[in-house]
Amino acid sequence: MGEKTIRTTDFMTIFKNNIRNYSMFLILALIMLIFAPMTNWRNFSARNLTNIFFQYSYVLILAVGMVQCIIILGIDLSVGSVCAFVGALTAMIYNSGAGMPVTIVSGLVIGLSIGAFQGLWVAYAKIPAFIVTLAGMMLFRGLTYFVTNINPISLRNDGYSYLATGTIDEVLKLGPIVDNGSIRLFPAALVAGTLMVLVFIVSEVMIRQRKIANDFVVSSTPIFIGKLAIISVLVLALAERFAEYRGLPIAVLVVGVTVFIFQFILNNTVLGRYIYAVGGNSRSAKLSGINSEFITFIVFCFMGLLAGLAAVVSTGYMNTALPQAGLNFEMDAIAACYIGGVSAAGGIGSVIGVIVGGLVMSAINNGMSLMNLGQHYQYVVKAAVVLFAVFYDVYTRRKAGLG
Amino acid sequence: MDEYILEIENLTKDFPGVRALDTVNLKVKRGEIHSICGENGAGKSTLMSVISGVYPKGSFEGKVFYKGHETAYHSVKDSEKEGLAIIHQELALSPYLSIYENIFLGHMQTKFGIIHWDTYIKESNKYLNIVGLHEPPETVVSKLGVGKQQLVEIARALSKKVELLILDEPTSSLNDDESEKLLNLILEFKKQGITSVMISHKLNEVLKVADTVTVLRDGKSVSSYDVRADKLSETMIIKDMVGRDLTHRFPERKNVPAEVVMEVKNWTVYHPDYHSIKVVDDVSFNLRRGEILAFCGPMGAGRTELMMSIFGKSYGSRSEGEVLINGKKANLHSCKAAMKAGLGYISEDRKNLGLILIQDIRTNITNSSLEKISRSGIVDSHKEIMVAEKYRAELSIRTPSVFQVTRNLSGGNQQKVVVSRSLMADPDIFIVDEPTRGIDVGAKSEIYSILNNMAAQGKSVIMVSSELPEALGMADRIYVMNEGKIKGMLMHEEATQEKIMHLALVG
Repeated sequence: MGEKTIRTTDFMTIFKNNIRNYSMFLILALIMLIFAPMTNWRNFSARNLTNIFFQYSYVLILAVGMVQCIIILGIDLSVGSVCAFVGALTAMIYNSGAGMPVTIVSGLVIGLSIGAFQGLWVAYAKIPAFIVTLAGMMLFRGLTYFVTNINPISLRNDGYSYLATGTIDEVLKLGPIVDNGSIRLFPAALVAGTLMVLVFIVSEVMIRQRKIANDFVVSSTPIFIGKLAIISVLVLALAERFAEYRGLPIAVLVVGVTVFIFQFILNNTVLGRYIYAVGGNSRSAKLSGINSEFITFIVFCFMGLLAGLAAVVSTGYMNTALPQAGLNFEMDAIAACYIGGVSAAGGIGSVIGVIVGGLVMSAINNGMSLMNLGQHYQYVVKAAVVLFAVFYDVYTRRKAGLG
Repeated sequence: MDEYILEIENLTKDFPGVRALDTVNLKVKRGEIHSICGENGAGKSTLMSVISGVYPKGSFEGKVFYKGHETAYHSVKDSEKEGLAIIHQELALSPYLSIYENIFLGHMQTKFGIIHWDTYIKESNKYLNIVGLHEPPETVVSKLGVGKQQLVEIARALSKKVELLILDEPTSSLNDDESEKLLNLILEFKKQGITSVMISHKLNEVLKVADTVTVLRDGKSVSSYDVRADKLSETMIIKDMVGRDLTHRFPERKNVPAEVVMEVKNWTVYHPDYHSIKVVDDVSFNLRRGEILAFCGPMGAGRTELMMSIFGKSYGSRSEGEVLINGKKANLHSCKAAMKAGLGYISEDRKNLGLILIQDIRTNITNSSLEKISRSGIVDSHKEIMVAEKYRAELSIRTPSVFQVTRNLSGGNQQKVVVSRSLMADPDIFIVDEPTRGIDVGAKSEIYSILNNMAAQGKSVIMVSSELPEALGMADRIYVMNEGKIKGMLMHEEATQEKIMHLALVG
């Protein structure tokens, strides 16, 4: 490389600045490690890790929408009922003979319309989101009972459930690429994982080069390489786990694309900046020329859209549209957000953060299920984790002079 | 009794990334009025927070001696018990409670846990008389103006049997009358043996009442003067505060205003809650290209409301009248529309309406002009950083980096961030409300230069200002407002402080 001196920050500065993000990953790892001896390391098995994603993808999708609502100091309590409602409608659409693409799109459209409807009340009629979506929670539950006649709707065949419980390898009928009796590896996850890692490394290096060229401060080379190495290893390890069981779950692909799109929107687009501005101080944002009402409306549209997606995934997982589906979905999504570092004062939160938050909750639920602990234990532990997460968040923010 | 009621020895206080106080030494004599001067970011407020116990023992190095013994406060309550009261620049009253409730908040005596309000109402009258606040004690404080709220805070301090009163920028939100009253009050307190420590940027007031002046610069205690013995002058204080000679407070003005660029005709604004009350009453004025216009008047004159309602209908339930920009009728129905028409606005309330405090400098600067650094909706984060660095250098914003959260900046630097944001949006007509309130001399001078440069470049500036010397020094024309109406207009050559006040109050 050239003689240009690179300005770098040391490990301690990076550590202090990112401790919140890193600590969530560490806590996730810690939880898995705590449950490991108690479940005979079954929680790390290929089958279990894959099942975690099958079972909890809907929470992750909802969390991506919920974090945006909370950032702008709103909330959406209706997502559970909306999931049930859209689940029922899409089940009926599917049963009438429509293919999956049409079914999924209709789920998204219905969800989006619901989000827009609630968004109008919150953004323009200026009724608190809590009230509007509480009403929505009741309204759409009622409509679900109405539409299903209080009876579960079974799906006409397995096609619907592929989205939620199928893998790419099965759908594309890909056979294992390694099959020596003791290990079988399906290709899709490995290919996807390798691709992701390569794209990630290349883009990170390019970003860093550009920063250096502009004389910005970057992390020192060993730290940079270390970060790339750790993330790459983790991604490939997870890919291997998927490959060893049934292959890459379609649900993981769905969650991955959703996360990528919304992380990009929030971090790199003007819309994302506006969302954070409105959340940070909506009056200031207005005086800066930002249309606060419209941004609020858009956020609720996003939430509705993602609720529609989560509806199809969760209905597919249950393989039936139940009139009482979606119970407590909003609580899980909100909990995932707060564990993932969103601030109750608004303006702070990230998509990656809440995904990790959701995975933390899922890991805890999963670990306790493997240990055959009853539902009641799970509620108590969940509550404790959320409380601790928020306390930790407020405490570290206060210390860092932010809160 | 000790000669010194407060002694500070080698005080050092660090925050993440910043050394706010660096081996500060301070001695306050019992019964004197001691003024602390320094630029924003010099460490004055931090010093006061250490003295009063906001930063508990253990969070700083060095010793604080109060009334002869070393202090070990864990909270403000500890210092209050020893007769130390601090009145912050940002008032700490409970807005929806009454005057007497605020006075006795936190230190009420109860009989079996029940408060006897009647005694307190009577007690409060005693203190209200001392501070000269003639309002019924049942009045809810949010209905009072800032000046009167400050008097309630002082009454509160008195009720706690204060011996050392610390005042942080006591007259920054007051008009001349109220400031005069307050300063006299502090002199009265001196006669009663109460020691006062006053942080202030208003050097003329400092020289009027203080016995001793200590100057802080960049966290260090630079000098300490006996006002009378050392024949202390404003120039001497400024020199120590800034570290350089400031011969010109206001930049040379070479403005040659040209044609009329904005005309406001018969503008009336109705109160947001009481829809029949006119807060701005049939105001008409014009603005020329390359001109700096000042709007002066007492608090409550309606100047801020006038400007905010013009800028995107940001104030008021309803407004009537016309705004013409370059001769054409302008529809300024939203802030965005106003910005498109070439207007820019900087609010007087930079913390609540100017900045997004939890966000960093870079984000705050670019929030108004993201379209300039993005393509098809995607922000170029490198350009964003470069733009922020450009403004950091141009406006000398003192910060370790543009990623510093704005909440942690001093007032002057916060104001510079707000100004940067407006500059980046490149308005033709720049409306600034109290551009230099609560800002140190150095930063003030920088902001005056910026405003002057804008006018020189052919843009126009409307400045709402409560500092008459500022208006007299900067403006080409001064409009005087009171009670929602324009009382008169003065050209730069003929304007004096007396004439402005006369127009406002007499007409």
